[in-house]
Amino acid sequence: MSIVLDVQGLSKSFGGVVAVSDVSFTVDKAELLALIGPNGAGKTTCFNMLMGQLAPTAGNVFLNGEKITGMAPRKVWRKGIGRTFQITGTYSSMTVIENVQMALLSHHNRLFDVRHYAHKQYQDEAMQLLELVGMQEQAERACAVLAYGDLKRLELSIALAHNPKLLLMDEPTAGMAPKERIALMQLTADIVKDRQISALFTEHDMDVVFAHAHRVMVLNRGELIANGSVEMVRSNAEVQEVYLGGGNLYNNAADTHHA
Amino acid sequence: MGLFIAQLLTGLANAAALFLVASGLSLIFGVTRIVNFAHGSFYMLGAFIGYSLMQVLPGAVGFWSSILLAGLAVGFIGVIVELLVLRPVYKAPELFQLVATFGVILVIQDLALMIWGAEDVLGPRAPGLKGVIRIMDEPVPKFDLALIAITPFVLFALWYLISKTRVGVLVRAATQDREMVGALGVNQSWLFTGVFFLGAALAGLGGAIQLPKGGADLLMDFNILASIFVVVVIGGMGSLPGAYIAAVLISVLNVFGVAYIPQSTLVLMFVVMAVVLTVRPYGLLGREEVAGEHGQVGEPEQPIKPAGRSARILVLVFLIALACLPFVAEPFFTILATDVIVFCLFAASLHFILGLGGLVSFGHAAYFGGGAYVAALLVNYADAPMELAFLMAPIGAGLLAAIIGWLCLRLSGVYFAMLTLALAQLVWSLVFQWDEFTGGDDGLVDIWPPDYLSDTTVYFYFTMVVGIGGIILLRHMAHTPFGYALRASRDSVRQAEATGIHTKRIQWLAFSVAGALAGLAGALFVFSKGSVFPVELEIAKSFDGLIVVFLGGVKTLSGGVVGAAALTLVQDYITRFEYWRLALGLLIIVVVIIAPKGIVGSFRALFENRLGSAGDKPTGGTQ
Amino acid sequence: MLKLSEINSHYGKAHILNNLSFCVGPGEVVSLLGRNGAGKTTTVKSIMQLVRPSSGDVDFEGQSLVRSAPHQVAKLGIGYVPEERRIFTDLTILENLEVGKQPARKGIAPWNQQRLFDIFPNLSERRNNRGKALSGGEQQMLSIARTLMGNPRLLLLDEPSEGIAPVIVEQMVTTILKLKEEGLSVLLSEQNLHFARLVADRAVIIESGEKKFDGTFDELEANTEIRDAYLSV
Repeated sequence: MSIVLDVQGLSKSFGGVVAVSDVSFTVDKAELLALIGPNGAGKTTCFNMLMGQLAPTAGNVFLNGEKITGMAPRKVWRKGIGRTFQITGTYSSMTVIENVQMALLSHHNRLFDVRHYAHKQYQDEAMQLLELVGMQEQAERACAVLAYGDLKRLELSIALAHNPKLLLMDEPTAGMAPKERIALMQLTADIVKDRQISALFTEHDMDVVFAHAHRVMVLNRGELIANGSVEMVRSNAEVQEVYLGGGNLYNNAADTHHA
Repeated sequence: MGLFIAQLLTGLANAAALFLVASGLSLIFGVTRIVNFAHGSFYMLGAFIGYSLMQVLPGAVGFWSSILLAGLAVGFIGVIVELLVLRPVYKAPELFQLVATFGVILVIQDLALMIWGAEDVLGPRAPGLKGVIRIMDEPVPKFDLALIAITPFVLFALWYLISKTRVGVLVRAATQDREMVGALGVNQSWLFTGVFFLGAALAGLGGAIQLPKGGADLLMDFNILASIFVVVVIGGMGSLPGAYIAAVLISVLNVFGVAYIPQSTLVLMFVVMAVVLTVRPYGLLGREEVAGEHGQVGEPEQPIKPAGRSARILVLVFLIALACLPFVAEPFFTILATDVIVFCLFAASLHFILGLGGLVSFGHAAYFGGGAYVAALLVNYADAPMELAFLMAPIGAGLLAAIIGWLCLRLSGVYFAMLTLALAQLVWSLVFQWDEFTGGDDGLVDIWPPDYLSDTTVYFYFTMVVGIGGIILLRHMAHTPFGYALRASRDSVRQAEATGIHTKRIQWLAFSVAGALAGLAGALFVFSKGSVFPVELEIAKSFDGLIVVFLGGVKTLSGGVVGAAALTLVQDYITRFEYWRLALGLLIIVVVIIAPKGIVGSFRALFENRLGSAGDKPTGGTQ
Repeated sequence: MLKLSEINSHYGKAHILNNLSFCVGPGEVVSLLGRNGAGKTTTVKSIMQLVRPSSGDVDFEGQSLVRSAPHQVAKLGIGYVPEERRIFTDLTILENLEVGKQPARKGIAPWNQQRLFDIFPNLSERRNNRGKALSGGEQQMLSIARTLMGNPRLLLLDEPSEGIAPVIVEQMVTTILKLKEEGLSVLLSEQNLHFARLVADRAVIIESGEKKFDGTFDELEANTEIRDAYLSV
């Protein structure tokens, strides 16, 4: 398998406080990889370093062999990483399709165009992306009136606009109902498979993680304490102690089919 | 050496009033998120009320109790303003309350004129502290020493109140999330009122305590406004010790400036500020402003689309009717219409960055006046033809906006706004103080268009073409990818940056474009009037722009233009009365209270309600 | 104790709650379930009067809450723990608790710092730390503790488990059960059925602002139709 993302010895400290310490891992092509851990373990800090929102104190990030450490988010994006956020950040003054068109305009380097009407550009392409996530019927609605689950799907289609090689998803199902969660992750898993994109996501819903992740990494106090298959991570005693707990709060392996 | 120390002490004494007023502004902003433009007015009222009290109350006790009573009185005036003007509009969109405080400025100006008259008053000297003390042979007024001694106590008392008492804890909590404070059982309305009382009282104290040094006059309100903004920005928003350090810094520099480089006293303050902010963008002791805090968001703007066929025809009909004006009305109306168009273009350019870009510029007059001055200077010195001047005005104003924008865009939110104001004041003070080049207060005169445009009717058509052309250009840009990228940068910087948009560059360019078009309006202005004076660069001019954009409706595309037209017409009528400021101020306050979405926004809301909510029914997600 | 009768609430033009009625009895823990956008947060905010219901009544111990200000609702004895915690990050833990402090209430053992630190030992160790230095789980604990300082009789918890590690949610279960023992009533708005089932006596399910189910968890377990339509995975 070819390696898409290669993270080597990534560390970050904020004024002496170590948030992430010597984290190394790889993401393979078309792999759906989960990053879990307690709040404050450094998951978001890790993500922000991968995407360029934060500069690491030490370590390097390679995308398809090219070093992207410390690049600004907009440059990282142009290198082929798409991102969704824990709290959606779509443009609330635009319609659904315009949100996607905006990403397409940026991808095609048309941001300084002052001649054409923006809403007439790349309509078909935008529509295809919306169809991919099942949002085509809501294309002309104002983004501000969308239900939360729909916003999450829209965000996913925006993240796919520039044909990324890797998706970074920070708690993609946060704030969604159980049914929607599974549906969104199923959709993500299908996209990963069909388009051969890799995806790295953080998540607190273990039902989602255990049902879809190809591999799971566990972060605690800034350090990677486990990295392996779902079964391996679930049975890891340290992971149970710091994060999973007694197992009352997610489905047991035996009854994943009903809540 | 002696002179040096004496000057240092004078500077420290001058810092007293500045610190009191600035700390009040900072407190009020912290809790209510309102940039209280009327704060200068509170300061002025403190001075006048203190003066009147000192006439009645005798002796040293009378003097000092007059100061305290003036503070209390202004505190209560602040409470009245809070209860009557601001409380009804707390729920209005962000920054809309600003407009209400502009109204308050106007009302207080005329009330002060009615009560105390137009004459400046000289403050009485402090009983018992009239003489001087010789320090190294230099005379230092005793009153100055008293001020130097008092200020740290005030600072300490305020600091103790804010950091050590329950009230202080509540104030700081409300600064962060006022709705949550309410939900925990604290009556936040009274907390707001209390903070307004304290802030206004501090301004009043500042006004009264400087009486023996500065007296009282009707221009005090605007004169101190720029200084306190500078102090607050340099010190760091919300930091009391920061405000004190900055007040001392500015006052001391000012004293030395007067002594050694008298031609540049006004400029100096802004240069210092620019230097401080280059090193520390959030002021000496300030912290980064976090955008998007709880309870700060208004209703989102509706998606925009280019005007439909019927709307275009309607506009065309209106323009044709406007073009017929010279044939049916007296020449006076043609001139008025020219003024309206010029102001509309100015407002539209401000609306472009404020509405679409979400960048609140408090100093947009710098580009309007800047363009006007570029044109006037070219004609005056280079004898340039009008055509060339017309080309260079927007370029010059655009460059000015590019420089100021580059400095200001390092900041965001209220810091950005205050810095734009301060830098605009820098431009104004340059023009004002550089007599030999700009003519200073006397302005530049005799700037007329060539013969073929000299007729008012012909110039009116010229203005129509250029002015309305500019407005249409701005509108068109709103619908292009550039305009969309600007809105994207406003709606969500994080999302925009994460999808390849260089938000700062987009905003910088938009700021420059807006400046250029304001400069174009300035050029139209200067050739229609034949002259230009520093007043075109003043804070008041910037405020006019802000008033019309907010009153017209920030969240609507045509808000700026409609507001500008309405205000110019109203002003033309109302200024014929003696106390027109009072009337205009009250009018503004009333509009703010009954139409919190602006004129266009409120009409639209009314229209939509009539249609029985034709808007999109959300299925949720807004909970 | 708390009774909602035919509440209708709007948010802008959106009609969020539709004739919603249910009640919470003394000492009862009721879980309000439903997907995001169903109107759970709006329900909680309508009780607090942070959202003003356009019609209907909210009655707390015989007193109507509509047309009260949020701070008056809090003073009557309803404690609100908001979605996303909303602690004051610039204030220390002790200062956060100070903001929540209200006079003692009849029939309730008054909460003070010491009693709260007994329940939330993590907070005790960090009492002089600013809110922003706390982890998500600690912030959630602080948010609950802050509200308890107001000595409420009824606690409104809005999605307390959202974004919290399972091991912390388990601690929260213990905490809520302890509060129940103290005689507190709780309305728990949740998406996490596993969590809700562990603490609540009764479930109310809403969808598009309408009540779809009101009963015990055993009844819910038996009602396959409802379970599949609104909750199942």
